[in-house]
Amino acid sequence: MSTLTLRYQVPGDDFTRAGEASSDVKRKLKQLGYNPDAIRKVAIAMYEGEINMVIHAGGGEAVVDIDPKQVRIALIDQGPGIPDVEKAMQEGWSTAPDNVRNLGFGAGMGLPNMKKYTDELRIETKVGEGTSLYMTVNA
Amino acid sequence: MDRFFHSVTLDSSKCMGCTNCIKRCPTEAIRVREGKACIISERCIDCGECIRVCPHHAKRAQYDHLEVLDRFRYKIALPAPTLYGQFNHLDDIDIVLTGLKQLGFDMVFEVSRAAELVSEATRRMMKEGALKKPVISSACPAVVRLIRVRFPDLCDHVLPLASPMECAARLAKEEAARLTGLPREEIGAFFLTPCPAKVTDVRVPLDFESSQVDGAIAISEIFPKLTEKMEHLQQVEPLQGSGVIGVSWASSGGESAALLNDKYLAADGVENVIRVLEELEDERIRELDFIELNACAGGCVGGVLCVENAYVAKARLQRLRRYLPVSRNHLPGDVPQGMRWEKSLEFAPVLKLSDDMEEALQMMSDIDRICGEFPGLDCGSCGAPSCRALAEDVVRGEARKSDCIFVLREEIRSMANVLESIGGFIPGEKGRGKETT
Repeated sequence: MSTLTLRYQVPGDDFTRAGEASSDVKRKLKQLGYNPDAIRKVAIAMYEGEINMVIHAGGGEAVVDIDPKQVRIALIDQGPGIPDVEKAMQEGWSTAPDNVRNLGFGAGMGLPNMKKYTDELRIETKVGEGTSLYMTVNA
Repeated sequence: MDRFFHSVTLDSSKCMGCTNCIKRCPTEAIRVREGKACIISERCIDCGECIRVCPHHAKRAQYDHLEVLDRFRYKIALPAPTLYGQFNHLDDIDIVLTGLKQLGFDMVFEVSRAAELVSEATRRMMKEGALKKPVISSACPAVVRLIRVRFPDLCDHVLPLASPMECAARLAKEEAARLTGLPREEIGAFFLTPCPAKVTDVRVPLDFESSQVDGAIAISEIFPKLTEKMEHLQQVEPLQGSGVIGVSWASSGGESAALLNDKYLAADGVENVIRVLEELEDERIRELDFIELNACAGGCVGGVLCVENAYVAKARLQRLRRYLPVSRNHLPGDVPQGMRWEKSLEFAPVLKLSDDMEEALQMMSDIDRICGEFPGLDCGSCGAPSCRALAEDVVRGEARKSDCIFVLREEIRSMANVLESIGGFIPGEKGRGKETT
């Protein structure tokens, strides 16, 4: 089964560019003829993850593997890590700064949405070292 | 019915093969091949952007001419409210409507009257919770076609109601049949259109089996003849029958203001429309109930078949509607069946690489690789709108890598090196060329 791998550097210094990687993935999935429901889930989950990387971790790397059965997204950063994952998974819990809240971000729906829109979500995080998020969406 | 009909067409004798249109097309539907633009029919949404930007007037809209009226015994004009904004110093819409009757129409039925009914039906259906929110307006046929080819997930958000034009045709024909007793086939209804998308929508509707509109005549075509009639009117008939709401549909924001709630946005200009649709698709716009989208900047007043600047027309309409009642057309009862779509909007995956996902993935990785070999200037000299689009065309078998002039130059240079190394060495001749052993 062929797999297409896409790699993106998510810049941490320019908030206005956040979301570009997920929007490129969305465009490509459409061209591949992926099921629209799966595309929407990938676009939302990856967007949330990408935004989180920019807000909290100063950017990172996104690796997306696409095959006919599923899309696997890895978001890897060297940020501060998540001290309490359980808390972070709660809707409405947020540590985002005020400047991004003014733009409508930081509502505490990032991780909950990633869980909601994916078939699998795995978080590996270590305080002071970084976070790796692995998400799978089935076609 | 011609499935592949498009109002937007090319006059190849005028086409210089420049890159203006290919760069502006929102669905990447145009390529320059052998020095002339060609339109990929299934991708074209008839938005008219290429007509707007073509400096050589090679892109044009096909529409019906006034002679089409002769095919019917009883003729109805369906003027878009945009028409009223085209005239300087106009203070009474009835002058326009009376002028239309002088031009040979037996009846004038304003599209703005039907627009008021569509507004009321929308309000009602939204209140009943019968629609998937946010509801996307279906009045602009270019937007509906754009959603159909690019936004599969949004197809079921599109308001499933006939456009004001279509409603107007249906109501006007009923009224005419009642008044005259003539059979339906002898009554013709003609839309006076600001844009080519409406012409296509009349010929190949997506929402109904067939349109009740029998022809679409460009505002720009009727304008000079109508102006002349308007200047020589003996008396002005009281024909105007719509209010502020109906007339306001001509410019962006009018349709949504008629919903009488403030949970809406109105975007215009095809690039802005795409940006909103992208955000809607990602569920980033959650707090709104209604999304009004117009492919032309300014709304219908910005259509390429208008004669007046969109913003001047809008300003004039603001003045013309000033002392009108809010709305003069109301639904008698429930939303009638005839106003509802007969067909639902189906996604048309025209940009898809292949029906076979394995093959599509292979093609995608080839595209990525080939795209990397191009300079990334998106210069358009190859005839495709961007380096990526050329890579796609190459992988689809519709273009060659050497269509890129930079790739071609590389190839020529390496060929020249080979030639030089061959030509520079002549066996038996001393002191010339380099030894290439």
